[in-house]
Amino acid sequence: MTSTALPDQESVATPAAVPTLTSHVRGYLSRVRGGEIGALPAVLGLIVLCTVFAIMRPSFLTTANFANLFTQGAAVTLIAMGLVFVLLLGEIDLSAGFASGVCAAVLANVVTVLGYPWYFAVLAAVLTGVLIGSVLGMLVAKIGIPSFVVTLAGFLAFQGIVLLLMEEGRNISVRDPVLVAIANRNLPPALGWALAGLAVAGYAAIQAMRYRSRAARGLVTDPRTVVLARVVGLAAVLGTTVYLLNQERSFNVLINSLKGVPIVVPLIAVLLITGTFVLQRTSYGRHIYAVGGNKEAARRAGINVDRIRISVFVICSAMAAIGGIVAASRANSVDPNTGGSNVLLYAVGAAVIGGTSLFGGKGRVLDAVLGGAVVAVIDNGMGLMGYSSGVKYVVTGVVLLLAASVDALSRRRAAASGGR
Amino acid sequence: MSATPLLELRGIDKSFGPVQVLRDVALSAFPGQVTALVGDNGAGKSTLVKCISGIYPTDAGEFLFNGHPVSIHNPRDAAALGIEVVYQDLALCDNLDIVQNMFLGREKRHGLVLDEPTMEQMAADTLAGLSVRTVKSLRQQVSSLSGGQRQTVAIAKAVLWNSKVVILDEPTAALGVAQTAQVLELVRRLADNGLAVVLISHNMNDVFAVSDRIAALYLGQMVAQVKTTDITHAQIVELITAGRSGALGFNAGNGSNDTGGEPAAAPGAAR
Repeated sequence: MTSTALPDQESVATPAAVPTLTSHVRGYLSRVRGGEIGALPAVLGLIVLCTVFAIMRPSFLTTANFANLFTQGAAVTLIAMGLVFVLLLGEIDLSAGFASGVCAAVLANVVTVLGYPWYFAVLAAVLTGVLIGSVLGMLVAKIGIPSFVVTLAGFLAFQGIVLLLMEEGRNISVRDPVLVAIANRNLPPALGWALAGLAVAGYAAIQAMRYRSRAARGLVTDPRTVVLARVVGLAAVLGTTVYLLNQERSFNVLINSLKGVPIVVPLIAVLLITGTFVLQRTSYGRHIYAVGGNKEAARRAGINVDRIRISVFVICSAMAAIGGIVAASRANSVDPNTGGSNVLLYAVGAAVIGGTSLFGGKGRVLDAVLGGAVVAVIDNGMGLMGYSSGVKYVVTGVVLLLAASVDALSRRRAAASGGR
Repeated sequence: MSATPLLELRGIDKSFGPVQVLRDVALSAFPGQVTALVGDNGAGKSTLVKCISGIYPTDAGEFLFNGHPVSIHNPRDAAALGIEVVYQDLALCDNLDIVQNMFLGREKRHGLVLDEPTMEQMAADTLAGLSVRTVKSLRQQVSSLSGGQRQTVAIAKAVLWNSKVVILDEPTAALGVAQTAQVLELVRRLADNGLAVVLISHNMNDVFAVSDRIAALYLGQMVAQVKTTDITHAQIVELITAGRSGALGFNAGNGSNDTGGEPAAAPGAAR
């Protein structure tokens, strides 16, 4: 809108007309045109990539490969979920990859070298992450060093710490059955169905409650069909996923049976739900968005900006620790390159591809999961097609660049359509 | 006009180091009235506002709220009294919607969880109370609003908390003609709802369109507080630029004069 008010655009009455399906869809489309595209590119990209790989390599579509995608992408996705919090403030954490390496090294040392039980090791790893995050956050918020520099220094230093913890390049195996199970074992098929059912029922209950409480107060509600479509959509996605993962994947059932939902999937789901709840339903989450959108406005509203900034680095590094634990579990060991090479860039890529803005203020934890899926599919599919890692890196780099351009362009679009 | 001003300042002094910015300033704001605060750049308008809102401590002087002396040491004291300031740069988060912005930092909660329906309803009621019909949806992001709508949201945010005094710092400075009219209408409505409104403006048309009383600052001194109907456009410009106009101003005392306009000699300078 231009600065001169057009009566037909400006003077629509506040009590909006009764929402219908068409008005809801039209509203969504106009938001997309206005630059609020959210995870749309990631979802479309996922569909295109899967179609292409499925046609080129039929083995991509096997249930065994489908299950592989989850375990391959888990660590990167978990780190990306933490990065979303930092990116929401318009900051960056380049050290998240090696922070996960440090935490994995702590885990391996505690469980294998010192011989403590697995839960001590997990606790130690996560606390290491919290400590790393507090230090990074303090340096950024209290001393005022740009996060890019602080975490770049962290990137180098943590790489060194991993080497020191590994005593110059030795790798430490992780044999604890519980830790190994995280990325290598599956839920019993029945439990998979039960959890999926629980998730759908819970989602439906929340949607219904929100609909009812809003309708009772005479507030604008989403059309009933849209609410229903959301629940049915989630049920369809979860149902298909669980059904496919519950198929027998073993080549020879006599040797060992391999079916069920990988244990990392509910782990990611629980963290996804928790993260989404924190960001969308608590005032702490609201304040994160506010600081990312307009730091000065947040400060004047009485929000403790420094505390928010420190806390997101703590969350990011703690999530990196969980990512490191999953990586250690998947490899059955920790070596000096755990969390190194492409892990961090894949994680940043996952968050950005999913629709989290590098400029701050826009993003969801779900973005990291969707973007992580895109990255995992590219990595997996191109591997199946026999491309070298060189080509994989180039393609992933191009996809990241594409996602960042979409972010920048949609931002310009939003600025243009929201004319002041 | 009600007898006691809702907010009254007396003898406010404020210095930054050797520079005295405010000298013995008096200001009254009455409920149900718009008091325009005018003055040239550097006259001390913004400093005065920041003293009222508790951002700057004053060196001397007293605050009376509803006739009772009060002390304002920080923005929270001012907010507790019901004094809200809408700054020129609005302080809205573009990436949040209207309701989220209005409740920023003071969210309603059920335990841990945000109470969105209550907040949305309160926001809707507040906007309805101000007869605002220019926003399509309360769940619209602020980035999609026009300048006038943003100003509306910022003002609505200020009155949401049962505030009694609203201070607006140049609310129409960046707006087009139609939107300026909208915002001025809203300012008038605030006063009609019984609030004491202080409007800072450089635009004399706005001042004359909406204000009941005019307070003119000149080089850190309050040179006149008069009824808008008792003064002309030209006189106000003179007060702003020269500090005096006929019987009004510098040498004419520091109180509220009912001006006759005749160039009589000023009886006893206030300072």
